[in-house]
Formats: sequence, structure tokens, C-alpha cells
Amino acid sequence: MKVEQISIFIENKSGRLAEITRILGEAAINIRALSLADTSDFGILRLIVNDVEKAKQVLKDKGFTVNKTEVVAVEVPDQPGGLSAILQILDKDNINVEYMYAFVERCGGNAVIIFRFDETEKAVESLKAGNFNVLEGERLYTL
Amino acid sequence: MSSYFNEEFETLPRQALEALQLKRLQTTIERVTANVPFYKKAFAAANVRAEQIKTLSDLQRLPFTTKQDMRDSYPYGLFAAPMDEIVRIHASSGTTGKPTVVGYTRQDVDVWSELMARSFVTAGVNRDDIIHNAYGYGLFTGGLGAHYGAERLGASVIPISGGNTKRQIMIMQDFGSTVLTCTPSYSLYLAEEAEAEGYNLHDGKLRVGIFGAEPWSEAMRQEIEQALGLHAIDIYGLSEIMGPGVAIECIQAKQGLHIWEDHFIAEIIDPETGEQLPDGEKGELVITTITKQGIPLIRYRTRDITSITREPCSCGRTHARISRMSGRSDDMLIIRGVNVFPSQIESILVRVEGVEPHYLLIVDRADNLDTLEVQVEVNESIFSDEIKVLQVLSRRIEKEIKDMLGVTCTVKLVEPKTIQRSEGKAQRVRDNRNL
Repeated sequence: MKVEQISIFIENKSGRLAEITRILGEAAINIRALSLADTSDFGILRLIVNDVEKAKQVLKDKGFTVNKTEVVAVEVPDQPGGLSAILQILDKDNINVEYMYAFVERCGGNAVIIFRFDETEKAVESLKAGNFNVLEGERLYTL
Repeated sequence: MSSYFNEEFETLPRQALEALQLKRLQTTIERVTANVPFYKKAFAAANVRAEQIKTLSDLQRLPFTTKQDMRDSYPYGLFAAPMDEIVRIHASSGTTGKPTVVGYTRQDVDVWSELMARSFVTAGVNRDDIIHNAYGYGLFTGGLGAHYGAERLGASVIPISGGNTKRQIMIMQDFGSTVLTCTPSYSLYLAEEAEAEGYNLHDGKLRVGIFGAEPWSEAMRQEIEQALGLHAIDIYGLSEIMGPGVAIECIQAKQGLHIWEDHFIAEIIDPETGEQLPDGEKGELVITTITKQGIPLIRYRTRDITSITREPCSCGRTHARISRMSGRSDDMLIIRGVNVFPSQIESILVRVEGVEPHYLLIVDRADNLDTLEVQVEVNESIFSDEIKVLQVLSRRIEKEIKDMLGVTCTVKLVEPKTIQRSEGKAQRVRDNRNL
């Protein structure tokens, strides 16, 4: 029920994002979703890709620091209040969202949001109990 | 007002001065041979006995003492007086973890007070002055050293110590301070902050500033004198030898620092070979204390680079002068007056779990204050997909460094392999200050 995300440490200097996307492109890896968090000194690039292991390897080979993290992909009804309903359930169960970002593709008529929770397992259970659709990794990578 | 504190000794003819040095050197050698096992062993290893030291040039036969020797003897191993005679203990930062410890007998404190009083008078200070002493009070010798000297002289001393700059400026104005003692960079910071508060230190009562504990330049002297409207005087000292007041410039010439030769013997050596260099040549300053009781040091390698001249000085003092310190023969950095060895930072980093000992120290000077940036490589074991985890790590390293070394730094996380590796001695420091 969980999705693997890779995160990459980047210094705030020009050309780093271009370098990463070039490396992934040359390795024929498709980026399915991304988010960039940054401070004045450094940034963390988080990616959902179609081949996690390969992406991790090619970036490590080029000297980047790469980690793999489990995140949760949730289908969100594409209508007003869709995301709000999800967040209310999580709030009720005292689950914190560390960060979240949107997936590029839709799943059927729904949007897909990637979540990083403080308690992943509990979050998945709580979402399912609330009748939200949590996507499998394999399904997501090939959407 | 007299231009000397102790005219007889400050103007002793060189021949008499050197005779006194020899006598005191011999006494010191006897003292350390009898009381300090380290020296007894070191002299035996060098195959030299006290009675063989018949002239001052025989000093060259004696082995050097290094900071490492002090570390190996931590804390009291080099003391030559029993603890019931030690009345004061100071310490400065060592090259790693443990500090370098020194002890003073009552007589040592007396001598130090006199030499610091002499130094004040040499800098043009007298009993009527109000001395704003912004050197730190504590284990660091700066604060108490200057304080005792000021009291010995009979001046009024304000023991303001470091920090709380706004309050310092108010007190300086309200109390009518005429003399400022602090690090040269702090004096400029004070001037700037004063201006921001609406005061102009240049128009105040300050007339002499005695600045030390960090390297500075002639250009900086000009800047300080213009900003604060005073005579900026360079003072030298180190806790291992005594503290502030080992040497000072005279206000008349401002051409080199008189080293109090009736208490210290100064040599300049080639730091590579250990051979003595002739007067005027740049090399490492080596000091032998010849009156200290608590912890006399024989041929202590200061690692400070300077030169020496015994030419007469216009102020009338006969004591030799060393030139402004122009660098170090080791990798010690002086950051806001705090001694920092890269090895200390390294030992802190390795204690922080997962941090690799690949680091780069970038020292700079912004708004007249030294800044230290510690670059640390982010590897997989410390990396996280969450920003806050990395920020907490940075803050933790900054706090450890502050707690251990007393110096404020900013940690910058960098990508792996971006810090230069080298086969031999890694380049760990980039000092961008133009001193």
C-alpha cells in the first residue's frame, strides 16, 4: 500500500536540478511526480519515478546523496472539498502530514496526492477506513 | 606623569639586562630540574645539565617545550610549585578536547600584575585613566590579566568583560572611559554599534586602545584610530607564558612590541629546523620564562611568526621588540579572539553520529566581526527527505561547537565529495580575512 519515493540532497547552486534530470533522462527513467523543498542553503528534491532502484543507483554513481522513503499515494476526488475531506480524517486520527505534493497524472477522474506522514501505517488504515483509495506503487509508476 | 612604571628595570642597560637574564635562567633551570619530572627527563635526553648553561647562547642546547607537551602533562604535570602555593589557575583551548592549563603562585600573579601595569604605562596609560576592560573574565587570561595590571597601576578599571555591546556603549559614555581594552575587531564593532545608537566614539573620551588576542594589521590600526579617535596599541601575550602583557608597543614609536626581557627570553627560530635565526629575520617566536614559579616553561614554541630587534627605541626602553605577529607556524585560527584548531572541530564532528570527517572551515570577516562557516558533507546516514531533520542536525553541530570551543559558527550542509580530498595534508581551512 506504500509507494517508494527517492529524495536527493542538492546544494543551492546553479545547474544541480538540470544535472539530476539529465542523469535520469539518459538512464531512460521517467519522473512521475516531484516536489522540491528548499532552504537558503540547500534543497531536497523528492521524486516518484518509474524505476526506483535504477534511479537511485545512477544518481549515487554520480555522487549524489540519495535516500528511499515510503510515502502514500491517495486518490482525491476532483471536486471542491476533496482534499479537505482527507485532511480532516487524518487530523481526527492525530496523524501529521510532513509534506505532500500532487501527482502529475490523474487516476480515472481523480487527482492523486503523494503524502509523507509521521505514521505511515496508521495513515493508510485511517484513509482506507474513510473509504479513500490508496494506490499501490506498481499501479502508480505506470499510470 | 612618568613615562615608565618601573624605570630601573625598563631601561636597564642591555649588558646588565642580559646578566640578569642569565642568572634567572640558571635559577629556573635548577627549579624545573628539581621539581618537574618532564624537564628532568627532557634535559637528560638532550644530555644537558644545569651547570652547563654558562651563557645565554647555551640556551640553544636545551630542548623545546610544545603545546603537545602541555597536553600530555594535563592538567598539572608541568607545575613546578606544590598546589598549596598555586593561587590561580587559567586555561586556554588545546589542539583537541582538553585545554592547556597554567597555574600561578602569589609571586607569579604579582609579576604578571607588574608587567601588565608596565604595559599600560608603555601604551600611554596612567593612574588618572578609566580603563574599560572588555576582555573576557574567566579561564581566559585576558580579563583578569588586564584587570590586575590596571589596579597595580592605580587606574580605575571597569570590569565590563565581553558581550552586551549596547550596555558597553552606554557605560563607556556615562562613566567616561578613557582606555579601551579588547580585541581589535571588537573595537570596530563597538564603534559601529555606537554609531547606530547615535553615539560617536570618536568624540568621546577614549584616548588609548590596547588591542590583542587576535592578529591584526597596520591598515586595521588606521581604521580603528579613525573610527574611535584613539591611539591603537598592539599587545601580545599567551596564557602558556603568562597572559596579556608579555609584550606591548610603546605609544611613542608604535614600532614593534617591547618584550619584558627581565622576565622572558625571546628567540626566533626556523620552525622547520629549530635553528635560531638572526635578529630581523622572520621565524617562530620561542619564549623561556625566567621568573615564573607555577609553571616555568623552557623554550616554549609559541607558533607565532614574528621577528626581533634589539635596536634602541625612542621611548628609552632597552627591551627588545618583536614585530606585529604575521601568522602561525601551525594551523591554529584565531576567531573573535578564540583559539580554534581545525582538529578540535574534527573531533566534535566525529562525535556527531554519521557525520563524516570531511569538512571545510571558511573564516571571514563581516562588519568587523569574524565569521566561521563549517561545511559538512551530507551522506546517506545523515540525509533525510525532511528539511527539519537536516536543520536540526545543523543546529546540533553549531551548538556542540559553541559549547566546546566557545565560538559561534554556522553549519552549511554540502553535497558529498564537494570538499576537496587530498593525498597529503587536506586543505581544511579557507581564511578569507585580509589581516
